[in-house]
Amino acid sequence: MSSHEHAPVGGRLLTPVTFFCVVLFILALAVLGVRFVHGLGSVTHLNDGYPWGIWVVADVVIGSALACGGFAVAALVYIFNKGEYHPLIRPALLASLLGYTLAGVGVLFDLGRYWNFYHIFMPGYASPNSVMFEVAVCISLYIAVLWIEFWPAVLEKFGLADAKKKLVGTMYIFIGLGMVLPMMHQSSLGSLLIVFGHQIHPLWQSMLLPLIYLMTAVLIGYAIVLFESCVAAAGYRRSIETHLLNPLAKVMLGVLAAYLVIRVGDIVARGALATAFQFNLQALFFWLEMVCFALPFYFVGSEAMRRNPANLFLGGLYLLLGGILLRINSFLIGYMPGDNWSYFPSTGELVVTVGLFALKIAAYIIITRRFPVLPREQHAVAA
Amino acid sequence: MNARRDFFRKTLAGAAVATGATASAPVQARDNLQLSPDALGLLFDSTLCVGCKACVAACKSANNLPPDYNTPAHGLWDVPLDTTAKTFNVIKVFQNGKAEHKDRVEDGYAFSKKSCLHCVDPSCVSACPVSAMTKDPKTGIVGYDPDACIGCRYCVAACPFEVPKFDYDSPRGQIGKCELCRHRIPDGQFAACAEVCPTGATLYGKVADLKVEAKRRLSLKAGDMTRYPRGDLSNGPDRSWEGPVAPYVQHLYGDKELGGTQMMYLSAVPFHNLGMPTLPERSYAAKSESLQHGLYGGLVLPIALFGAMTWVARRNSKNDEHGDGGEQ
Repeated sequence: MSSHEHAPVGGRLLTPVTFFCVVLFILALAVLGVRFVHGLGSVTHLNDGYPWGIWVVADVVIGSALACGGFAVAALVYIFNKGEYHPLIRPALLASLLGYTLAGVGVLFDLGRYWNFYHIFMPGYASPNSVMFEVAVCISLYIAVLWIEFWPAVLEKFGLADAKKKLVGTMYIFIGLGMVLPMMHQSSLGSLLIVFGHQIHPLWQSMLLPLIYLMTAVLIGYAIVLFESCVAAAGYRRSIETHLLNPLAKVMLGVLAAYLVIRVGDIVARGALATAFQFNLQALFFWLEMVCFALPFYFVGSEAMRRNPANLFLGGLYLLLGGILLRINSFLIGYMPGDNWSYFPSTGELVVTVGLFALKIAAYIIITRRFPVLPREQHAVAA
Repeated sequence: MNARRDFFRKTLAGAAVATGATASAPVQARDNLQLSPDALGLLFDSTLCVGCKACVAACKSANNLPPDYNTPAHGLWDVPLDTTAKTFNVIKVFQNGKAEHKDRVEDGYAFSKKSCLHCVDPSCVSACPVSAMTKDPKTGIVGYDPDACIGCRYCVAACPFEVPKFDYDSPRGQIGKCELCRHRIPDGQFAACAEVCPTGATLYGKVADLKVEAKRRLSLKAGDMTRYPRGDLSNGPDRSWEGPVAPYVQHLYGDKELGGTQMMYLSAVPFHNLGMPTLPERSYAAKSESLQHGLYGGLVLPIALFGAMTWVARRNSKNDEHGDGGEQ
């Protein structure tokens, strides 16, 4: 049945877009070559005040959140039993798979002593008290789970029906893992900051950070589905799945409303609200973040607005920006190591981050053209 | 169908409530770690420091550290402005106005020592995912093992005193920080900075003894004369000298801050002038670990959540007409 639900888009693999993406990735490889020969300082602006730059914040913290579509849609379909969203799962899973895999690889570029990486999994070294330990283990396991969850599409492509049936029979276990693992590490990405104490601005330092990060990861998951569906529809000249995206946007707004109540309530309860009205970079970026979180209510707040795909796209986009800003704000803008330090990413850092995102886009295009991932076009299903 | 959905909703709601409840349950909270009775440390008395930097040079020599050029006099003098991966100890100066009077804010100046405070409940140890940062259960010295370290620099970012530093200039860079000369202890020696300090501004010893000495000084009347020990307070020999008592700020920095530190400070100018942050008594490590243990203790919640999710997913994918999870 489902083998009719998804279909490869077809077409050429080498297009101007994929070519450009691959060129960007090759540039990133060149920068990484210098980094591995001469050290992190040769290509980054990292310093002892800001030991974490965009390779951590953009590639891992934001990159993995942008890859939460698979988790967020799977929650709707399998946990809240909304079968109608099923066609959205595979494309979301593919984006998650690529996003998480590259986040995992990206970590290795940033680790100063990457050759010791396996220590995290070794009982003699592993330190379960460390939030970083929990994040690393959960992300690693989740990358494996994502590959397994996506594997039916690969088996389907090569006509291995029996193998697929066997795998799918046990899939509920991986769906369960695919729920719990992202909940664990997406919340822990926020918890990473708790031990920083006073070094994080009061607008972002909170014992609710794990909840704030988890809820925005889910929100980013829905937003990225809206965003990707619109971009894929435009890029491949397919009809847009408005009948699915429209109610999805409604679910998203519900979660967003709950998030904003918790976020603002937490700031007020901690007595940090006054710091939002000071004249400084932190307050400015806080309001940017909050405006981005509020704008989706304007673009997709009403049934009439939601019918226009452009609004779905913009609603998703602003929510994405809000989630991204929250992460940049709490890790970099709101991180205050003292007056003598400053950080702005170097060209080399930007090239690597852009190159990794470009690789994800190229891989997404190539895989959706050859593997049954995107929903089969409406008329074909009806036939 | 509806009844089933309702049941799942309740299950999920229950799990969510349990998560919240456990996260805030005080039984799960981890208290601050406690000071070991044999803990070793330093007492830095800013009023005794004359800024000679003998300790900076001795630290370099005791730890085999290369020169650190970060001034315009590049290549001529080793004059680090701050601690780095190659400089574990520096003497800094606070200056204000005309900077004419020692240990005064108004037109005054004061010296401060920057090196690892060896927290009783260190953030860096809590942050480290691979036990490269460790706290010795007996001496309380916070040590670093480059062979374990993965170079994630969580310790660099987490330290409230900005002590661990990373060497970004080497492809095999490692963290550098004071380890209280733990490599010299087996030879019967002690921290090089305290050993060479001519005035006893940096004093080595058991933390318990150092605290007694610090409180003795705080109880003295400014202007009176008293004896200042030098070197190793706990094991001697007595190399003390007599000098005047400064008008101390009535606070021993590091006694209570974040659950206490094993290097402590006395000063006659407010501690924030010396660059020391004002800190709560509950350690950040305890806060962070309380949260983590509350959520993940014994893996009870994750396993319960996994069980519930798997069960729900199985039921839902069985009846799923489209079925990817139930892609039959």
